[in-house]
Amino acid sequence: MSWRGLGGLVLAALILAAVGYWLPWTRTLLIIAMSKGLAALGIIVLLRAGQVSFGHAMFFAASAYAAGFVSRALGGTDIAVMLIVGVVAAAALSAVVGLFVVRYRQIFFGMLNLALSMVLYSILEKFFEITGGSDGLRMRRPSMFGLVLDRNDFDLALVFLSIGFALLATVGVLVYFASPLGQALRAIKSNETRLEYIGVSARSVLLISYVISAVTGAVGGVLLAALQELASPSFSYWIQSGEFVFIAILGGAAHPIGAFAGALVYEGVQIYASAFATDVWELILGLVIVGIILFAPRGLVGLAYETFAGRARKAPADDSGAIYDVAPAAGEQRQ
Amino acid sequence: MSKLGVLAATAAFLGMTSFCLAADKPPEIKIGITTFLSGPASVFGVPGKASAELIVDEWNKQGGLAGVPVKLFFVDEGAGTQTMIAEYRRLVQEEKVDAMLASISSGNCQVVAPLAEDLKVLNYMWDCSTQRIFEEGKYRYVYRPQSYATPEMLSTVLYMLRKKPDLKTIAVVNQDYAWGRDSWQMFSTALKALKPDVKAVAELFPKFGAPDYSTEISRLQALRPDVVLSTAWGGDLDTFVRQASQRGLMRQSLFVLPLVESSLERLGADLPEGVIVGGRGDNYFLNPEYKDKPDFKAFVEAFHKKTNAYPIYPVFHMAQTLFALRNAYEKAMAANGGQWPSPEQVADATKGITTEAYSRPITIREDGQGLADQLLGVSKRDPKYSFAVIDDMAVYPADKVSTPVGKHSADWLKTLDPSILDIKVATFKHQM
Amino acid sequence: MTSELLLIATLDGIAYAALVFIVSVGLTLIFGVLRVLNVAHGSLYAVGAYVAASFGLGIAAAKISPWLSYPALAVAAAIVGIVLGSAIERLLLQRIYDKEEVLQLLATFAVFMILDDVQRLIWGVQPYFVATPLQLLGNVQIGSITYTAYQIILLPAVAVVVLVGLRLYLRHATSGKVILAVAEDREAARAIGINVSRVYLTTFIIGAILAALGGSLASPTTSILPGMGTDMLVLSFAVAASAGLGRIEGAAITALLIGLGRSIAVYWAPELDILVPYLIMTLVLLVRPQGLFSSFQSRRI
Repeated sequence: MSWRGLGGLVLAALILAAVGYWLPWTRTLLIIAMSKGLAALGIIVLLRAGQVSFGHAMFFAASAYAAGFVSRALGGTDIAVMLIVGVVAAAALSAVVGLFVVRYRQIFFGMLNLALSMVLYSILEKFFEITGGSDGLRMRRPSMFGLVLDRNDFDLALVFLSIGFALLATVGVLVYFASPLGQALRAIKSNETRLEYIGVSARSVLLISYVISAVTGAVGGVLLAALQELASPSFSYWIQSGEFVFIAILGGAAHPIGAFAGALVYEGVQIYASAFATDVWELILGLVIVGIILFAPRGLVGLAYETFAGRARKAPADDSGAIYDVAPAAGEQRQ
Repeated sequence: MSKLGVLAATAAFLGMTSFCLAADKPPEIKIGITTFLSGPASVFGVPGKASAELIVDEWNKQGGLAGVPVKLFFVDEGAGTQTMIAEYRRLVQEEKVDAMLASISSGNCQVVAPLAEDLKVLNYMWDCSTQRIFEEGKYRYVYRPQSYATPEMLSTVLYMLRKKPDLKTIAVVNQDYAWGRDSWQMFSTALKALKPDVKAVAELFPKFGAPDYSTEISRLQALRPDVVLSTAWGGDLDTFVRQASQRGLMRQSLFVLPLVESSLERLGADLPEGVIVGGRGDNYFLNPEYKDKPDFKAFVEAFHKKTNAYPIYPVFHMAQTLFALRNAYEKAMAANGGQWPSPEQVADATKGITTEAYSRPITIREDGQGLADQLLGVSKRDPKYSFAVIDDMAVYPADKVSTPVGKHSADWLKTLDPSILDIKVATFKHQM
Repeated sequence: MTSELLLIATLDGIAYAALVFIVSVGLTLIFGVLRVLNVAHGSLYAVGAYVAASFGLGIAAAKISPWLSYPALAVAAAIVGIVLGSAIERLLLQRIYDKEEVLQLLATFAVFMILDDVQRLIWGVQPYFVATPLQLLGNVQIGSITYTAYQIILLPAVAVVVLVGLRLYLRHATSGKVILAVAEDREAARAIGINVSRVYLTTFIIGAILAALGGSLASPTTSILPGMGTDMLVLSFAVAASAGLGRIEGAAITALLIGLGRSIAVYWAPELDILVPYLIMTLVLLVRPQGLFSSFQSRRI
């Protein structure tokens, strides 16, 4: 990744941070978008291996609830503790679940993830005494790295923290994709047996990506729970998983920043369309994604790339890598 | 600029600022209300909205609340807690509402109370019932000008024991969320203290919003309890009653439905006679002590005209809450020498006020909880109405059946003395 | 557990399983032939219920014979299935058959979202309760329990008719055999001159009619609410995936398994009732990912 690319990302983060600073009413939107974007980023990671998880929400929920349990046990805690607990919980869960799940591909991978996320949902929903049931698990507003902040300052700090994590995760995933492990993901999609022939275990490669995707989702889960001071069973429901996939494709699965672009649009439409006409936001988003699927499968990022990178960079006629690549620079080899 | 000019400008500037600081009346009072506008609970929440609109329209025709017109904003609790929280914050932080009325769902109230305190916005809990809020926390900005779980459940136990003193077995079918769980805990603790030999043969908690109770009904038919209790409300209760009635369960067991007053009209002929009915306070459109009073009659008629239905207890709760808000503003203004009060002054003024809004007066005590007397009765047919009415009514005084300030209901109910069964209650019969 | 409770649990489970089967068999048929997981199946279920309820209300308002509400249920399912089914297949699915799997899935998810709002806009958000077909058939006494004849007799009967009807159609009718051929090998079917595009349309419509039939049959038994399709959809996935996507008889058995599992859980450990279907699905997928009744699929090199 070039210095220019990195600069662009940092600039984008700074712009978002500035928006959150000067326009207080955008803070909730930004935090929620960054949080769900982090989970959608996990979907993008798995999509690179050609696999779609229909149950990614389980890590979003597991991390939020783990942080909530610890917060409840300690009578309130710090955001750093919540993040660490959430990430460790999700990483552990994904490592164990992943051991089974990476044996499957395509629809079976998706369905097994779905099943597990619904098992978690059912547990969270029914065990009222432990999890708070359908009302969710309430947690006290955490301190921010040792500082006890009042509502407004906390929100602002959370905005900066969320954007910071989004930037970190984006850069991290880009580095991962460029690394041999990340490149191996593409091989799982295109021809897994070849990968095995050269001595790389496809399952291990997928497992690592699975854990990474769970970890980004875990950070998102803790951020949302900290904002709402609540973790609810709906964090694990299949619709939430569907939302993450939706956001990933809407934004564009080729580049990690797509997760956040998609999340900003998704949440923006949901929050502001609801304020004007209650029952149209799903209609609007549904039509938008149909448009994206039919005419711009690389999502918003793909559209932006084609618009700003000029005609020379338009996607080639062969669409075999349709959603996973923005058009390569001139001179780069296409797979 | 000349010295005189500077002086004049400064004087004008100071004059203007002090004019602003002198807490002039705002152009309008903004009130945000959360209610169920979608899903099964909307049959309960939409009348609450209608009640608020009716009352505020009346006020605005006469100048508003303390002379300031009122503007209402509604938030749908049916869209889920996450969305409700986001909307709540937007109303407080962006729209800068002066007060919030939230919520119906006890689960939502538990989230909203600390949030309101944090955002420093006045929040009146206009319908939710959970006793936990004021027993587990201290609030400056949060109040409940209407009834709550403990007196409701305790008076239901007392009335039930009066009607069926020899009961042996009981089953409960409650919604699986805070209210369903807490109300059963209150009810069963009180029952155990007063009649320890009663056995709970089934404790079923179907999901909030469950559309189908077939399996629960089959199970109850097999177990044959003397009493079936359900604190469900809204569309859930409607479905449960209809399905139970269809399969004859209501002939087999005595049904105790403390919140069914809000479903009477919708259920029509589907609610049989002989069911124990409650209404969270003494809320009833044929309230024996109030139905002939001109204010009350006017309100019932106006509501019927607006919505084509009789008022149910959420409608009365909304009235109680809005009237209490008005009282608090007036009390704060009086203490403030007539100037417009700050949110803190209104909040503090809420303690101790007594409001009489289409039911017996409700006083808000020092922990923020209102004390409302409880009406219970038995369903009965009257050919004048296409639905069941309430007969054999008893009104329980709040101070005898509410938890003392500072105590936890779960603990206090364990210490109940059987002498409570003999407290004096006012009784009324339905006038055919 | 006493034998009486076991009997009761079985009877409750059968009624529940019948509805779930009717919905999931449509889902599994669509996947078997079109290779698309139709998330909009849940919406078709819900719209079927709403339309059936509207017909029921219309019949009551027009004061004509309430017995007409039975054919009305079937007509509602047929209309919803044909109209919405063909609209979805022709306008959207037809264009995405060659696209990435995730895009196809998201497309049907988008239809689900769109139809969810359309439901709210047309029918509003208050619950509907139109129980005439259920009430007309009266009750049936089994032991000490009173059941509605509708749930104990009619629903399972319709489920059996659907199962037998589908089997006969697919195995013995020409158009049915053509559908099986396309499911077996799309390219070969095209090569011998079968109009694959038309087969897709027909299959999707059949599946849509079945989803809507599930909804319209369910409508007298419950309150009809926005969002009623979401739980039914994921349950259908559980049944279809556990059976093996595309296996019709298998879907009947897994529907029964899941239905009985759930109702037994309600009696034995009520906290676990919504857990059972997903637990079963997980266990089946872990042990036999292709489903209980599928043959093993060879890996593509």
